[in-house]
Amino acid sequence: MIAYLPVLLFILAAIAFGAVNLILSWIVRPARYDPVKMSPYECGIETLHDPRQRYSVHYYLIAVLFIVFDVETVFLFPWAVQYKVLGWFGFVEMSVFILILVIAYLYAWKKGALEWV
Amino acid sequence: METQMFITILISVVQISIVLSLVALSVPLLILMERKVIGFMQSRIGPKRVGPSGMLQTIADGLKLLLKEDIIPDRADKWVFRLAPMIVLVPAFVAFAVVPFSGTGLNVFGQRITPWVTDLNIGILFIIAISSVGVFGIILGGWASNSKYPLLGALRSAAQMVSYEVPLGLALVGGLMWAGTASMVGIVEAQREAHLWFFIPQVVGTVIYFMAGVAETNRAPFDLAEAETELVSGFHTEYSGMRFGLYFIAEYANMLIVAAVATTMFFGGWLRPFPNVSWLAFLDIFNFILPGQWGPFMSGLMWVIIKVSCFIFLYYWIRATFPRYRYDQLMSIGWKWLLPLALANIMGTGALLLWLGQTG
Repeated sequence: MIAYLPVLLFILAAIAFGAVNLILSWIVRPARYDPVKMSPYECGIETLHDPRQRYSVHYYLIAVLFIVFDVETVFLFPWAVQYKVLGWFGFVEMSVFILILVIAYLYAWKKGALEWV
Repeated sequence: METQMFITILISVVQISIVLSLVALSVPLLILMERKVIGFMQSRIGPKRVGPSGMLQTIADGLKLLLKEDIIPDRADKWVFRLAPMIVLVPAFVAFAVVPFSGTGLNVFGQRITPWVTDLNIGILFIIAISSVGVFGIILGGWASNSKYPLLGALRSAAQMVSYEVPLGLALVGGLMWAGTASMVGIVEAQREAHLWFFIPQVVGTVIYFMAGVAETNRAPFDLAEAETELVSGFHTEYSGMRFGLYFIAEYANMLIVAAVATTMFFGGWLRPFPNVSWLAFLDIFNFILPGQWGPFMSGLMWVIIKVSCFIFLYYWIRATFPRYRYDQLMSIGWKWLLPLALANIMGTGALLLWLGQTG
């Protein structure tokens, strides 16, 4: 686990970098309040409606597909690292795995989950 | 024991400071390079007023951002709005923890200082994992702004980044099969032993990786999130001053990460071209100029910088050449072309390795 200690230090250093920038800017920048300036940007007209309305269901579908395929990627990583050791066994195993996935992928395609419009 | 621990931490702190300042200082340079390169590609000169031939332009821009008022809209979620740029910035920097900048370390005061901050045995996985945290910062920033353009931009950005993360990960799997290790240092060592940059057997993987990398970093021609004709400037429309600056630094740091991973995985990291051909040894030019340990160190660093710069140049070249894609085109490239191609690449690599008898 000692190899992960520098990662922790790096996270702290990166936070410090951002914080120093923001604090420096906080010291030197002006701050003049104006209700019009602080209103949401709307191309110059007055703000209409709440922006948090319903949006396309496609984003949700993309999220679901992402979870399916990203989990698959995570499965492939350890297999790929050990591939030269596993040989034929690994190849056949992973062919079956990917085949099942391709069937699911084709199903999603056929159902139109990959179409945006 | 305790002094040894203290020394280890001290070395880490020194390495982290060097890497962090290297990345932070290369960002203004990259922006200047981008404006100059695109300027020349469009038959203009680019920035030229500030400093000799515009060299100080980005420094001036940075100072301007520092001095700008920080506007937080009244309707925004104040704390999430403040937090979001940091969530993007920190992972973009932390990913550099495992990037090897050279092959051989330095001995300073009897302590060995490696040219990488840490060598995790899951290096590639670490980079993918940590850089995908950035998408939270983008979607939180867009959501917290409580304004229409940022929200739409953030949704688009998030959908685009998660879509292209899949081919990005799958493209690296082919390289990992050749390397047999996920450690960044180990991958380069594997290329030295194989006498082969993995770019050669993994051309398809490299192309998929780089396309997905361009989309991951929201750069042209996949910069739909910032399509200024439709969305003003996407998820950071409401941001101003240094908070916007942090988003900007993170974007360029992410580009550097994509370039550094491509360099390590496919283009032999710190190795010179044809590392096994001895008469090409003169290419490691610093070996003959600098004494002792500094020679190999600087040669390795030189190759990493050259290769990363080539990728960064490719980014700008692509940006200057291609028009922006439509959103549905972007999604169909990712899901209908890159993903099946990446899967086919993995199976093809598996079959090739079996055929070459490289498996045990």
